[in-house]
Amino acid sequence: MSESRAVLEGPDIHRALTRIAHEILERTKGAGEVVLLGIPTRGATLARRLGDRIEQFEGVKIPVGSIDITMYRDDLRLKPARPLGRTELPPDGIDGKTVVLVDDVLYSGRTVRAALDALNDLGRPTSVQLATLVDRGHRELPIRADYVGKNLPTAKSEKVKVYLEETDGREAVLLIKEGAK
Amino acid sequence: MNRHLISAGDLTKDDALLILDTAEELARVSERSIKKLPTLRGRTVVNLFFEDSTRTRISFEAAAKRLSADVINFSAKGSSVSKGESLKDTALTLEAMGADAVVIRHGSSGAPHRLATWVRGSVVNAGDGTHEHPTQALLDAFSMRRRLGGLDGRRITIVGDVLHSRVARSNVLLLATLGADVTLVAPPTLLPVSVGSWPCEVSYDLDAALPKSDAVMMLRVQKERMNAAYFPSEREYSRRYGLDRDRFAKMPDEAIVMHPGPMNRGMEIAAEVADSPRSTIVEQVANGVTIRMAVLYLLLGGETVA
Repeated sequence: MSESRAVLEGPDIHRALTRIAHEILERTKGAGEVVLLGIPTRGATLARRLGDRIEQFEGVKIPVGSIDITMYRDDLRLKPARPLGRTELPPDGIDGKTVVLVDDVLYSGRTVRAALDALNDLGRPTSVQLATLVDRGHRELPIRADYVGKNLPTAKSEKVKVYLEETDGREAVLLIKEGAK
Repeated sequence: MNRHLISAGDLTKDDALLILDTAEELARVSERSIKKLPTLRGRTVVNLFFEDSTRTRISFEAAAKRLSADVINFSAKGSSVSKGESLKDTALTLEAMGADAVVIRHGSSGAPHRLATWVRGSVVNAGDGTHEHPTQALLDAFSMRRRLGGLDGRRITIVGDVLHSRVARSNVLLLATLGADVTLVAPPTLLPVSVGSWPCEVSYDLDAALPKSDAVMMLRVQKERMNAAYFPSEREYSRRYGLDRDRFAKMPDEAIVMHPGPMNRGMEIAAEVADSPRSTIVEQVANGVTIRMAVLYLLLGGETVA
């Protein structure tokens, strides 16, 4: 048996994203040269939402894309070959831009490392930042997020699952405790 | 998915769609300035070619290199095979060198199947005798899907030397799996005896089939295999089964023309048809690299069952 607890509900996710959008605007002084790149599947959804919010707040349309990291993973050989996600760069590319990587959960940091490798093959951004809805700790690499929706202390035995309207038909972040019999 | 790719008939609909969808994403890599992925770093792919082939071998080589695999090319000419080494001993040699995948083209039908029982790595059939050529069928399906939008219920006509064609057999099996309706058109002498059991229609009349086709695939007349009088003269074959301008005009406006290459211009296909914007012949070559990347990734990219 496993029990799950909602740590973020729909409105909480909404508020967290609004705050991150404001922080991105503040930190990049108006998001002029910013490109948002989401890591599929849910990171890409979050990137689009952040892009929409920034457009609402400041009236600037910033380029949004997605970056699939499957081919760059360091654990490919531990599981059967996985289907690929979509890599979609904005028409102007990422050279000379400030890329904000967007993912749903930051955990070991290995996904972000793979994304940095993938970025390397796609162009040369001026700087790279990281936005994540949930930071659950337990980093295995020297990687940190620049924008965090919620810091969530977890045990390694627990699981964090993000549900978003576009992909899952509901909005929630669940903390799932495994093995509680 | 299976560990080997020997026959297009071994692929389930889900397998086939996974390969096509993976290729769809990988096609974007070919548009980038850095056309390389680190995925198969440290893996070795051996191209074992007992028959002459330029495009298939280069295509597999390019695909493996774009995935960062090490490629060893082995062609029978000037190798230990010409000194009398058997297929099994060649296979064991490659095995000892640590091949993770063997891409094999062989003049005898069934050679890849045999090879798969001797090596631990994955075996990819790149054409065996008159039997199968599954990656060609996959790249054809991929090219059709990109042009036609989907394959379900599409009418595909395959014309020409079906008897000697491994491309035709693999295409019929794969297209049937993907839900397309396939019609083979050929002179009776160039159809295999077993064609009645294939999942397709058979016709001897090209002119009747053309207006009902979403895609027409012309097969090469394989002169090197024409060891008997299959048709009276090349001229007569060309008149009855060649795709010339007049026949091209009978096809629906959106229908596409395909050819696995190399083609005999003026024989099975007229030059102006081959060069028309509705011909996918050059696209098929580019798609070949993409689809082979997808196959190599799906066979070698994940954990390997030793």
